[in-house]
Amino acid sequence: MLEKKVLSKRFGLVNPLSIKDYIEHDGYKNLRKALQMEKITIIDEVEKSKLRGRGGAGFPVHIKMMGLAKEASEVKYIINNADEGEPGNFKDRALLENDPHQTIEGMIISAYATGASKGYIYIRGEYNRAISIVKWAVDQARDMGFLGENILDSGFDFDIEVRTGAGAYVVGEEFALLESIEGKSGRTRVKPPFPTEKGLFGKPTLINNVETFCNIPVIIESGGKAYAKIGTASSTGTKLISLSGNVKNPGVYEVPFGVTLRDVIDILGGGVPESRKLKMVQLGGACGPIIPEFMLDMKIDYDRFEEFESKTGAGAIIVMDDRHNLFEILLRIVEFFGHESCGKCTPCREGHVQLERLVKRFLHKESTPKDLLSLESLARVMHQTSLCGLGQSSPISLISTLGYFRDEYHDRIEFSGGE
Amino acid sequence: MVNVKINNRDVSVAPNTTILDAAKANGIDIPTLCYYPDLNINSDCRICSVEVEGARNLLTACSTPVKEGMVIRTNSSKVLNARRTITELILANHDTNCTACVKNMKCELQSLANQLGIDENRFPSVLKQQEVDDHNPSIYRNPNRCIKCGRCVDVCKDVEGTHVLETMYRGHDVEVTPKYGKYLTEEDCTFCGQCSSVCPVAAITEKDDSIRVLDALNNPNKHVIVQVAPSIRVSIGEEFGEATGGEWTGKLVTALRNLGFDRVFDTDFTADLTIIEEGHELLHRVKTGGTLPMMTSCCPGWINYAEQHYPDMLGHLSTCKSPQQMFGSIAKTYYAQTEKIAPEDLFVVSVMPCTAKKYEAAREEMQVNENIPDVDAVLTTRELGKMVRQMGINFQELEDGEFDNPFGITTGAAAIFGATGGVMEAALRTVYEVVNEKPLETLDFKDVRGMQGIKEAEVELGGAKVRVAVAHTLKHAKQLTDQIKAGESPYAFIEVMTCPGGCIGGGGQPYGTTNQKRQERINATYQLDSEMPIRKSHENPYITEIYSKFLKEPLGERSHRLLHTHYKPRVK
Repeated sequence: MLEKKVLSKRFGLVNPLSIKDYIEHDGYKNLRKALQMEKITIIDEVEKSKLRGRGGAGFPVHIKMMGLAKEASEVKYIINNADEGEPGNFKDRALLENDPHQTIEGMIISAYATGASKGYIYIRGEYNRAISIVKWAVDQARDMGFLGENILDSGFDFDIEVRTGAGAYVVGEEFALLESIEGKSGRTRVKPPFPTEKGLFGKPTLINNVETFCNIPVIIESGGKAYAKIGTASSTGTKLISLSGNVKNPGVYEVPFGVTLRDVIDILGGGVPESRKLKMVQLGGACGPIIPEFMLDMKIDYDRFEEFESKTGAGAIIVMDDRHNLFEILLRIVEFFGHESCGKCTPCREGHVQLERLVKRFLHKESTPKDLLSLESLARVMHQTSLCGLGQSSPISLISTLGYFRDEYHDRIEFSGGE
Repeated sequence: MVNVKINNRDVSVAPNTTILDAAKANGIDIPTLCYYPDLNINSDCRICSVEVEGARNLLTACSTPVKEGMVIRTNSSKVLNARRTITELILANHDTNCTACVKNMKCELQSLANQLGIDENRFPSVLKQQEVDDHNPSIYRNPNRCIKCGRCVDVCKDVEGTHVLETMYRGHDVEVTPKYGKYLTEEDCTFCGQCSSVCPVAAITEKDDSIRVLDALNNPNKHVIVQVAPSIRVSIGEEFGEATGGEWTGKLVTALRNLGFDRVFDTDFTADLTIIEEGHELLHRVKTGGTLPMMTSCCPGWINYAEQHYPDMLGHLSTCKSPQQMFGSIAKTYYAQTEKIAPEDLFVVSVMPCTAKKYEAAREEMQVNENIPDVDAVLTTRELGKMVRQMGINFQELEDGEFDNPFGITTGAAAIFGATGGVMEAALRTVYEVVNEKPLETLDFKDVRGMQGIKEAEVELGGAKVRVAVAHTLKHAKQLTDQIKAGESPYAFIEVMTCPGGCIGGGGQPYGTTNQKRQERINATYQLDSEMPIRKSHENPYITEIYSKFLKEPLGERSHRLLHTHYKPRVK
């Protein structure tokens, strides 16, 4: 079996609106267990599990937890980033809509281990169904004594508030998300300081993705060591993959780290339909690299993805067949990020308009060798100097195609007769 | 100490030093654009990007603290290429008609482009022309030149606490504009001009009155006189490259004379006059149970703020006109009579550290007669600098000159009007001696001096202890005013200045004003005071003379008509 259902094991088996169902399927059992453990032991187990953040950046989770735990502040926050706005990603939505208590349980355990007393789940505004389900789930958890004061008679207080976005992609970026919760426009902040030092309302804050929190009860259950046996040496556990585009069976699939992209596309996705040829695959979402067919034997693994200098780890795979024009795809990506830029830093605010203009020149076969130089230089500078992840990763697709599909650029210059 | 390597040089700096400061301390300049001393570090422009070994991306020097063992390169080709590209991007969305710009040769963006050797922009202009805002007498806002650095927003929001300007919209549509209205006149703008003083380009400048002044100077039918505010003499030299902290009274007078003014007068004289009127007003309020605490009224930014935000508390404001306006009305009456010049033929120019003074001069209350304003035109320190250069006057080479009579004698008390706490100190010197009928032992009220936001002092007047306070920046003025509103103010008299440091740090002062420079100008101001032969306003013989010859008595009928004013609540 290619799939390994750990986080998705209850999908379809439990009614997401029923906390009773969740409890009957071992739900909140691990919270009870965690509340008996030493706080530091919980973080130790997370360290042994080698769990890395599932939002995309793949940052070791225990370092963030430790960072928050050692802050002396009276008030500390835990934030569940459910602002899943990256095009091509829909796995958090699946987690929230099918099994909402899992990520809540993970938050409560994390809060207990780090000494946080208040949590927020920030859900993408377009996710109406997920918002209703999670709000319902949080209320149920509070009614059952899993949230609120003196949780399960442990003396530990923690509560969760659900917040929803208003449609800005950039608010998925952690600092913009903090600003949004604080009631300001969703624009990022300068770092350092990082959120674990000075986050929400200036207090130490731990921000993790929905899927990351889902892994915490699993680690408590099996222990960090056993957890680390799933996957590869550098990337442990399973990953929810959002598979979309030109495949027969698009959807969310949970696989252990280490399976190849080709297996996911061909075996789980059923391959490209209508016997067309696969032309390219975009990893991670609109902000990820676009790779050619011959690279599909690559394993799904954080270290392998790092070569692309991008946050490909959120687990989106977008398959594009040979009907697609590379420059139409790139133009749509650049327009998307230009539209979603908050406008705070120069490279992102001013860069996207120029990038768009240059991509259009290639699309319309009006490009010159100089355009290629400008495009390449601009994309790299935006990547190197933008203030937040949006501007840093928006040119990644373009930069990757300048390597893997360079001929297509050259073809368009030659067509125009060059300079 | 933290040891780092910058451009292959081993240096050691204090912990938490930023890369920018660490480099600077070791003789390495990293260019910046949005960075400004005393303001927030936003690191929005990304110009100060540097390469740090092991970092995935370039890091901004202004916001990144050094870490032990850091290896930093501030001028690698990767860094220079990034800086050039970012600068080109900014230029592509900026009105680059540099030769037709008031900031030509003084523009930080222009110098940056020059330093980076940009001779061609790879990116075509994407500028969408927008309407400029020149609907007020003080501030000219040209959005086509704005580079969205955010300095003006920070100074307006964080330093002044007024928050008129804000970064609006998203992405490429971002604009720095008045928050809700289209024009500054639609907002509670006080026209303090601190925004114009920090703007790296010419997106916000003072409204230029130099042409009007030149026209008057060239009009043979006009008798054109000029007054200079106390704070100009400790800042004007900076316009010509002199080091901050100097004092240029003599050269300033000669420069103005060479510009063609018929008489060169000193606003210090009417500062002394203000002290007499305001001091007596305070005593009158105390004796008659009038509204207390009384608050000073020399600062037009503060008057605007009070009318906008405290419309029901205007009774606390002294009714005294500011020294600028007192000078204007005395000039167009007393001086005009003495010199036998028709007031309409007299053109009064003032040189002020301030953009709000332009607004003040244009107020309808500030007229000697209908359609004859007290003051006809106001120039900022920067505009005067520009005019001196235009007229080919070599400031440094000038001989010292002296102010003209009949207002030629002034005091140390007037000299310190330009520094925060100065009006208070000057008033105390006079009020103390008038009430207690004995000379002060020490003239220096050091408690009210310095850059602290709110200062207080206690003086003994007629056997009672009286508490006074001084606030500079509107953020601090708000604290004291709210205290009055809540009925909890322990003070009898409060001085308010809108600009940090007072007028020496005004919105019309030379570009590059920082808190450090403010302190240096303050030092120069108190130095001047200490060297003056007369240091109390009531001992100025020309003040005694103008009362005996013209005004008769403080708060008298003529004073009331010429030297006092009234305020009006602003209804939006």
